[in-house]
Amino acid sequence: MGSIKDQVAIIGMGLSKFGENWESSSDDMIIEATYEAYEDAGIGPKDIQAAFVGTIFSGVTAACVTEPLKLDYLPVTRVENNCASGLEALRVASFSIACGMYDNALVVGFEKLKDCGYSSLPNPSQDSLHPLFGSGVTGPGSFALAATRYFHKYGISMDDGKRTLAKIAVKNHHNGSFHPKAMYQREVTLEAVINAPPIAWPLGLFDCCPTTDGAAAAILTRADLAKSFRDDYVLVKGLGLSVGRINPWTGKCREDVELTFWVETDIAAKQAYDQAGVKDPRKEISMAEVHDCFTITELINYESLGFAPVGKGKEDVDAGTFTLEGQLPVNTDGGLKAFGHPIGASGIRMACECYKQLQGKAGRRQVKNPTLGLAHSQGGIPGAFEGSVAIFGARD
Amino acid sequence: MVGITAYGAYVPFYRLSKEAIAKAWDGFAPPGEKAVANFDEDSITMAVEAAIDCIGGLDRGIIDALFFASTTAPYKEKQAAALAAFALDLRRDIVTQDYANSLRAGTAAMRSAIDAVKAGSAGRVLVTASDCRLGAPQSTLEQNLGDGAAALMIGDSGVAVSIEGSYSIANEFIDLWRLENDRFVRSWEERFIMTQGYEKVLPEAVLGAMKKYDLTPKDFAKVIFYAPDARSHTRMAARLGFDPRTQLQDPLFDVMGNTGAAFPLMMLVAALEEAKPGDRLLLASYGDGSDVLVLQATEEIAKVKPRRGMKGHLASKSMLRSYEKYVLFRRLMPVEPARRPEAYSAAPTIWRDAKSLLALNGSKCKSCSRVQYPVARICPYCGSKDEFDYARLSDKKGKIVSFNEDFVATTIDPPNMMTQVDFDGGGRIQCAMTDRVVEDVKVDMPVEMTLRRIHDGRDILNYTWKPRPIR
Repeated sequence: MGSIKDQVAIIGMGLSKFGENWESSSDDMIIEATYEAYEDAGIGPKDIQAAFVGTIFSGVTAACVTEPLKLDYLPVTRVENNCASGLEALRVASFSIACGMYDNALVVGFEKLKDCGYSSLPNPSQDSLHPLFGSGVTGPGSFALAATRYFHKYGISMDDGKRTLAKIAVKNHHNGSFHPKAMYQREVTLEAVINAPPIAWPLGLFDCCPTTDGAAAAILTRADLAKSFRDDYVLVKGLGLSVGRINPWTGKCREDVELTFWVETDIAAKQAYDQAGVKDPRKEISMAEVHDCFTITELINYESLGFAPVGKGKEDVDAGTFTLEGQLPVNTDGGLKAFGHPIGASGIRMACECYKQLQGKAGRRQVKNPTLGLAHSQGGIPGAFEGSVAIFGARD
Repeated sequence: MVGITAYGAYVPFYRLSKEAIAKAWDGFAPPGEKAVANFDEDSITMAVEAAIDCIGGLDRGIIDALFFASTTAPYKEKQAAALAAFALDLRRDIVTQDYANSLRAGTAAMRSAIDAVKAGSAGRVLVTASDCRLGAPQSTLEQNLGDGAAALMIGDSGVAVSIEGSYSIANEFIDLWRLENDRFVRSWEERFIMTQGYEKVLPEAVLGAMKKYDLTPKDFAKVIFYAPDARSHTRMAARLGFDPRTQLQDPLFDVMGNTGAAFPLMMLVAALEEAKPGDRLLLASYGDGSDVLVLQATEEIAKVKPRRGMKGHLASKSMLRSYEKYVLFRRLMPVEPARRPEAYSAAPTIWRDAKSLLALNGSKCKSCSRVQYPVARICPYCGSKDEFDYARLSDKKGKIVSFNEDFVATTIDPPNMMTQVDFDGGGRIQCAMTDRVVEDVKVDMPVEMTLRRIHDGRDILNYTWKPRPIR
């Protein structure tokens, strides 16, 4: 396997507001995010050579971005890799530049989840569903299975377990209160989280990210061309991807799947660390955006990403290791918890936070002297993940 | 000698107290409770349960026919017996028949099974009788009717209960009925249907049978007969000349209720659980006439044991918290639809996957011996392709790997408790638990599998298996 290190740079990024954007269509959000990225990069639509768009439910062909953005006759690809669709678009855009085909590319991720009227995710194309396998499987339910097993395996009482998860929710809401584009910008108390109504016990309302609309965009270019756009460009240091090999969404399980350690994320992270030259992630990663569709997801990902020893995540939560002031701040912008999870947008929103942090433009969320930022997206449910890890770094 | 070679029964896990029903209507509460099928049960699922109770460890390959009897078969046109036979993993070259429309359907199936074995057209016939009848809200029938099933294996070797004789009367009479679109059982005035129907016809049949075989009440250890309720049961016993203290099989009105076509066979199973070699039993059904059977327990009776039988099932129960839960289970009231995508199905898909979904078979790899569910063409462990044997998992026990209480997933009885279960011998399945007491569910809890009706998407019935705590 090769390495992407230092071949591609990010020169502009933009975000729409994330939230229940009743007054914004997909087109509106795509325009909002993309034009903010154009402005950040100091370029316009005529400068773009290729585009990649990540979405799962909200657009079925490349026209879902070419039409609103009026991109005429460009090579545009729609990609999907479940919740890792955003990072997937960024990943394949990076390869298209690194191979020398294009000098630059626009990357857009978006999702419009609130039009369907369900208080949950819509179905993918109905005809691709199975009538019975996977009947009753839900996102919160599947991660609740991981939580139950995690507490059981490590001998954590239900009270202690819920308290640990609640600390993660409190941290992320606190961080989100410092970001003007986050869906939720208010703090929550530990008690409110612990006592919230159950969604899929042991997960309660505040253990779950909200259902949200949003869009994010990035402008990528060849690393050697980046300085002609700006001094504080951000380099892509590593990209890893690993896709699971069984599918509980469709009722299929393997006996050897460990619900409490996520191999796909472990493999993807190691690929990215290897390319970026990271030997000790806990020491060398300055900040990380970690997939936190549920609080338990973030907890197990500390371990699966190699930030905390396996089974010891709780100790680090109690010690505040991953808070803004801690040794390795995680989800400095509030994560999926505060931003919600418009699926195609999330990975690019994470890249944006890494980008701003590395540029020193993260305001009240700023970590000190960051050198490497990590973005981690994770599609699916235990046993069937698309684990995607991107590492970004400041220029030398 | 032809007769019963194995027997079994099934009583649903849930019970509703008669008091809860009376409270809903400000009415009078007779004593006891009735058995209520779970929201995911129907006459097919209960018949399969009773069949498993009956079959036990017997080789299913010896079964030559399945006769399914019910007045509440879920499809009005489509055979229940074929579906049940597939779920039970029976051979393909068997005779499947549905017996319907009458409270006598169970004994009718029994009679035909006996005739088939006597005629030599089948060596072993599995008879199931199951019913899930509804009395209209606020009616006496609502208090009296219960849900349940029984199964009998009829054969000519290893006979535990021989069939000594039979006698039937056909009687055209309007007492209870349902038309095509009726949910609730209708009845004519009780004074008419009892005095001109039940109280005339049942004695005519029973006395006619005894006369035919030159027998008197004293010749019988037990008499097992249909009655609409407890009071008429007691009166009929006296009318027929049997001793209420020693000869009556308990009609179980206060613990189960009147289970329709299944009723005579369920009471028979209860009687067989106590029967001794040489005991002569009289069985009488009622409905559009009567079927009377004279039976005698043989020396083999002690060897035949159902998995749980009537005793075991009656003892394993959970009371429904309220009448409203019953209303929900039976969908008696329209409720606000969940804000969720509609249930979906496709006939080709569930047909292709039937071995996994309906018969709960996994695949056992011929190369590495690992078991995978559902059936997998490529072994997920060693990668070998199309080299497997089918492995029946429906009769395997398992342990809970993890569980949740999901209030988002659509279910009639929230929370939906999704579980992952590891089977003894290999294979992991993910599916919602049923018949569970929420607070009692734990990681590592042992479970067994039961066939249930999951949803009616696209207006076809979609069945598969769920784990439940071992009853």
